[in-house]
Amino acid sequence: MKILTQWLRAYLPGLASGDKQLAEDLTLRGIAVDGIYPLGEGDGSLYEMDITTNRVDAMNHYGVAREAAAIYGLDLKPLEFALPAAQPAAPPFSVRIEAEDACGRFTARVLRDVTIGESRDWFAGAEVATYFGLLEQKMISNAVDATNFAWLAMGQPAHAFDLDKIEGGIVVRRARKGERLKTLDGVERVLDAEDLVVADHKKALALAGVMGGWDTMITAETKNVLIEAAWFEPMAVRQTARRHGLHTDASHRFERGADFNAAPVASALVSAILLASGGWIEGELVDARVAAFEERTARRRPVALALSEVHRILGATENPVGITAAAAESVLTALGCKLASQRVGASASQPHAAPAAEQTLGPVSWQVTLPSWRLDLEREIDLIEEIARVYGYNRFANTLPAFGEGVKALPWAEKEAAVRSVLRGAGFHEAISSTFCSAAEGAWTAAQPGQVVALGNPLSEEAGVLRPSLVPGMLTMIAGNLNRDVNDVRLFELGTVFSGTAEKVDERPVLAFGAVGSFPDESALHERRAIDFYDLKGAVEQALSRFEARSVYFDRFPAEAGLTPEWLHPYRAARVVAEGVTVGWFGEVHPRLAAERKVAAAAKLKERVLVGELYLDRLYKLPLRSPAAREISRFQPVRRDFSLVLGEGIAWETIDAAMAELQIPELVEWQVREVFREARLGAGEYALLLRTTFQAADRTLREEELADFQRRIVETVGNVGARLRT
Amino acid sequence: MRNEAIPNLTAFDEAALDEAFAALERQAREAAAALGGEADREAFRLEWLGRKQGRLNEVSGRWLKAAPAEAKKALGVRFNALKAVVEGLLDAALGAGPSDAALQTEAIDITLPGTRRLLGAEHPITRTMNEIVAVFAALGYSVGVGPEVETDYYNFESMNFPPGHPARDTQDTLVIAAQERKPLRDRLLLRTHTSPVQMRTMEQQPPPVRIVIPGKVHRNDAADATHSPIFHQVEGLCVDTNVTFSDLKGTLDHAMKALFGPAVKTRFFPSFFPFTEPSADVQISCIFCGGKGCRKCKDSGWIELLGCGMVDPAVFAFAAQKQPAYDPRKISGFAFGMGVERIAMMKYGISEIGSFYAGDMRFLGQFA
Repeated sequence: MKILTQWLRAYLPGLASGDKQLAEDLTLRGIAVDGIYPLGEGDGSLYEMDITTNRVDAMNHYGVAREAAAIYGLDLKPLEFALPAAQPAAPPFSVRIEAEDACGRFTARVLRDVTIGESRDWFAGAEVATYFGLLEQKMISNAVDATNFAWLAMGQPAHAFDLDKIEGGIVVRRARKGERLKTLDGVERVLDAEDLVVADHKKALALAGVMGGWDTMITAETKNVLIEAAWFEPMAVRQTARRHGLHTDASHRFERGADFNAAPVASALVSAILLASGGWIEGELVDARVAAFEERTARRRPVALALSEVHRILGATENPVGITAAAAESVLTALGCKLASQRVGASASQPHAAPAAEQTLGPVSWQVTLPSWRLDLEREIDLIEEIARVYGYNRFANTLPAFGEGVKALPWAEKEAAVRSVLRGAGFHEAISSTFCSAAEGAWTAAQPGQVVALGNPLSEEAGVLRPSLVPGMLTMIAGNLNRDVNDVRLFELGTVFSGTAEKVDERPVLAFGAVGSFPDESALHERRAIDFYDLKGAVEQALSRFEARSVYFDRFPAEAGLTPEWLHPYRAARVVAEGVTVGWFGEVHPRLAAERKVAAAAKLKERVLVGELYLDRLYKLPLRSPAAREISRFQPVRRDFSLVLGEGIAWETIDAAMAELQIPELVEWQVREVFREARLGAGEYALLLRTTFQAADRTLREEELADFQRRIVETVGNVGARLRT
Repeated sequence: MRNEAIPNLTAFDEAALDEAFAALERQAREAAAALGGEADREAFRLEWLGRKQGRLNEVSGRWLKAAPAEAKKALGVRFNALKAVVEGLLDAALGAGPSDAALQTEAIDITLPGTRRLLGAEHPITRTMNEIVAVFAALGYSVGVGPEVETDYYNFESMNFPPGHPARDTQDTLVIAAQERKPLRDRLLLRTHTSPVQMRTMEQQPPPVRIVIPGKVHRNDAADATHSPIFHQVEGLCVDTNVTFSDLKGTLDHAMKALFGPAVKTRFFPSFFPFTEPSADVQISCIFCGGKGCRKCKDSGWIELLGCGMVDPAVFAFAAQKQPAYDPRKISGFAFGMGVERIAMMKYGISEIGSFYAGDMRFLGQFA
């Protein structure tokens, strides 16, 4: 919206501030001036305004001038337009509001023998040519420009009809279904039974509050004019406008609430301009009103306002005097409120001779009558906001509230931080991917089929459902990197996954991780090696080791069991189980998927893509492990290596379990040092180098003891099918 | 290098002894100075201190034996001194380690790049969110969260959005499918702000409340350089007796100084949000130019950063349905909300909001 400072100043004769200062003062009071464009010597500036939708009353020159008057405590020139006396009309022009639920007021004035011509500056307060010139507003004719001028001046839509095209009087009514109306934009419209129209006794003339009609528009031949200024109900106008895909200045205002009392003023302004080039008024202003709407707008009940409440909500000001009763009164009065003071308590019994200090700080309250143009003001808090706003937000002090409570972190905050730090330590960057995926992706990653939640208005087909898993997003991000020739990828994401139905949606926190490429990073001096299953497993083990869990194990199922998630290679993936509960899955992406889907780039690189998920809601049920130190033995540890040969069917888990069962306290550690397969071994066999460490807390181990331990180890691994390599 | 043979001593007066021992010490020092690697040191040790053929052994054998009784003591003193010198020379040679020449053969190119173990980076959104939360935790705010799929009641109705408010339109809000048959308040949607957690928190605990709410939100927005259908907010709520607008100002002024540096100034503008009144937009003095005006702040010297206001009594009335202590005549409070992406973009000089969600290793690696 554009505002001329020259026009503002016409309403504010006492305004001393320059255009720049005025713009800043308005902006800091919520009437935002977005841009200031100087118009040249003596013409002032043009403001580009950005006014919030609740302040529709300020989207015009008089409204902005009223704000400036309140800020500076200036007098605002009243909007009054002298009209010549009317010639009697017999009978008076007929206006009937049939749609009493949608039209609150309709004023009509008949002007006869007018001359339709060009606009110019008519009189003080009607500088149509000058202001339109500066605003670059197109001039059409004195009649049309007069209604536009009233709109720009005071934000009240008005309309001029060619009176001779009107048959009978005016009826404001709902349209008849299928009724036709050609609007001013030249479009022939078929009306809906819900549309609100201004009609005559035969036909619809205009879409009420939205747009005038073609057939009754002012032309060069027009001699007699009917000036309409009305008040229409917001919802009725919004629905009519929306049904016809229209958004006009008039509909914008009516949808947000117009000033019930503005219609006669706008009508007078339009009439005065038009009569300046000849003609006369026939009859008095016809003013049809619906009492129910008047009560809800222009005759609202006063609102009680207590000064103590102003202070309770707003607090301290930089100026120690604070907000006085006089200051509150002057702000609200300037904005158009009428205040009736109600002194309560002791001071009420002695209304005279109250000392000045008591007058400002004593228990004061008011009954505040609200201005008809401020439908956004309804409650005490609205008035408090007005006081704060016009007083100036930045004149309030910066204070801090008193505080006596403890601070609670989320119960899982520490666990989340632990998981994040393990993943970062393992060299994974944290990523955030889309909350959405395609229905197909949802189908092959959902834990329970049929529990994928679809969007009613998805952004696109690829984003049609709420992700049931972070895996599609992870694969998309991996693919994105590969497509940009970033070939070493290690990412993790902590995010929400969704499942459920239209009735109820469950949200669970999940950790996803994905990797492809080199580990460690390629360098000139170290041999490259591809990141593999065991790198991921290590990260999972480390993450789990931050939690208190007596049992953690990894397993897998044969492909035909159908228990492995579809996106994983059935023989290169593992389920993670902690305390008997499945807490995740990870492994190589199923080759079928890797080839078919977006990660095909990885296949070209001959790299295997690794991906996994941990179900954090389950993991977070475990307490975090708090480190506990134990005494480190000062006696020499002894290492013994065993080169074992095993059948392919014997997994490390078997050897590991057998070693654990030995329960030798001095056997403090055993680990796999090497796994190798070579031709010299028997068919279906592999070799494993087992390293053991023995140490006692209280003594140096003797050779006989060690020999006994070794014998028992060979025996126990022998029992599960491993033999010593010779 | 060979040393001269040990001469036979003929005179045993003090001067003669001094001269003889000085000659030996000179030879030892010369020999020690020329020592190279370990082999040299071992040869030196054998030559001088060797138990059988060492030169000191020879001295003690030949000179002491030949010395008259009255000269033996003077000779012994000098012998011990010489032995100490030789031992000292050997220790010094041992302590010096391998010679420079030997070490030079092991030289490496120290200008080759170091091998860096890749450290995972915290996502800039997580990082920024944590920073904001930490600032408010220090002011006594607990952390709260809520679901991303919300009901119309929590997202809109209880936040005082009137029916028919444009934000409720599917043009602005992403909705869950098949909700049409439900009453409006029960319809599920993706929360458009973190504000519903205000209501959820108040329903669960009576005042005082001091809570900060980080979270992901969604809107039906077309993606461009600064808009994304997915973004993050941090919301704050403080409710108690006697919480005022000046407290809101002081709190946010402090928080902005903590986040952006003590020189930052704040400015409050009237604004409009359905769930606060009075409502304000907060600007901070431009962190790039210090307020002088630059391209980043469009020459205004100010950057708009967050929205806030005093909790609207209507919102308290909704909370009071479950917790009667939220009586707007007795308590008051403020709420604020800020976009995490916007702050992160400003702090780290990021120009495309989409970078946050692409998972590009090169982008994320910069935050390690």
